[in-house]
Amino acid sequence: MDRRSWINEPWLLGAAGVAVVLILWSLITSTGAVDKLFLPSPAAVLSAGQQQAQAGLLWRDFTASVGRVFGGFALSAAVALPLGIAMGSNVVICRLLEPLMGLIRYMPAPAFIPLLIIYFGLGELPKVLLIFIGTVFFNTLMIMDAVKFVPRELIETALTLGGRGLPILTRVVTPYIAPQVLDAYRINMASAWNLVIVAELVAATEGLGKRISLAQRFLRTDEIFLGLIVVGLIGLAIDLSFRLLMRRTCSWAN
Amino acid sequence: MHLQVSNVCKSFGRGSNAKLVLDQVSFSLESGDFKALVGSSGSGKSTVMRLIAGLDQPSSGVISMDGQPVRGPGSDRGMVFQKYSLYPWLTAAENVAFGMQLQGRSKQEVRERTSYFLDVVGLADSARRMPRELSGGMQQRVAIARALAAEPKLLLLDEPFGALDIQIRESMQEFLHELWRQTGLTALLITHDLEEALLLASEVHIMAPSPGRIVRTVKVDLDRRDMAHLRVSQPFLELREDLARSLRGLEPAGVR
Repeated sequence: MDRRSWINEPWLLGAAGVAVVLILWSLITSTGAVDKLFLPSPAAVLSAGQQQAQAGLLWRDFTASVGRVFGGFALSAAVALPLGIAMGSNVVICRLLEPLMGLIRYMPAPAFIPLLIIYFGLGELPKVLLIFIGTVFFNTLMIMDAVKFVPRELIETALTLGGRGLPILTRVVTPYIAPQVLDAYRINMASAWNLVIVAELVAATEGLGKRISLAQRFLRTDEIFLGLIVVGLIGLAIDLSFRLLMRRTCSWAN
Repeated sequence: MHLQVSNVCKSFGRGSNAKLVLDQVSFSLESGDFKALVGSSGSGKSTVMRLIAGLDQPSSGVISMDGQPVRGPGSDRGMVFQKYSLYPWLTAAENVAFGMQLQGRSKQEVRERTSYFLDVVGLADSARRMPRELSGGMQQRVAIARALAAEPKLLLLDEPFGALDIQIRESMQEFLHELWRQTGLTALLITHDLEEALLLASEVHIMAPSPGRIVRTVKVDLDRRDMAHLRVSQPFLELREDLARSLRGLEPAGVR
């Protein structure tokens, strides 16, 4: 067997990259060259994590942030799918909505926060709506593009087999674009995470973003690091779940 | 079944940009016929097929099935395309069943007819395979089975073997001839391959480009019992040479 075959193991190289950063991090902090106020040691971050976990804070922040992301994004995905299909398959709807969406899409979603707070106060609704506003246009336009690239023959075959209107959308267009839809969701989920943290930095009583901004007030860099790492890990887990879901449900497209 | 194509013209674009792609095309088809339209690209043969399928509307002239003008696509005119013909997320059997499910047939009927037509095209063993696991020739056979299972009165074949290797083409031609002989289907074949048209069709319309029009119609009365022999037989080769010469001599109308 080739001695260098481990190079071809994607997992191994990825893990090595992470390990190098961790080792460098502990080496630098153990020499004491950098003030631990600026760069806490991995052990300090770990113990901050243990403390928060024992106090129940970690779990509460986790459920608060994840709940907002999933609520806002589920709403966005549920609106974007039919809307994107309608825009992709109907010229009139597309011409009507595409310029409007193109415009709103370029308004930075965080800039809606003040308005959302004025309208809906400081509860959950403005945060969920922020994630909705920040992702729904991207989701819709990506789904619309996928629909426009469905091969004409697949639709026309269905027409000559006696298919009409809605069954063609549900039985030809939707299954054909399913892999691209899942991919669009996976990519835009990253913006949903950005937005929930931003929303929590501005106004929240709990959540991973809120914990980070509280930590800043008390100069707890270890807690800031903890928050960042937890957010990253959750994002990675979501990304991998989408990939797994895609491999399970759309094996024909690989 | 009686298909009548009468004085059909088709132009694309409007006003001064309008381009005439079909000029006064007329022909007809009866039950059990196997006819072919042969022409180079730009001769409008695929346009004729799309008009008959109801996927496009003629600019003038009439296409009618059993006296009723064609207004849109319907399952009485099945179609097999050159490429992207199968739904890649469905198995071979699910592809064959697809049209019948759209038509709202009962589950049992769909199941029975699916296995019957997979058997007819010789793919009973591949029922559960995905399209990408099938060769190009097998994919086209599934597409033909799917079209036939929906019980069309007329099967429209748009360059069905155009994307296949030459050896597979030949065996598919023999397969299609056998299928026609056994099931008595009615078919209109579009091809740029003169040999293919002469092997399969009892009447061949030669089309010329710019604008697309029928310039010659030939009845093909050949002994088709042995296709391999037919391909190299004297009458076949003479007919092919004769028609090939007239295809080569074609110039766009009005250019000369």
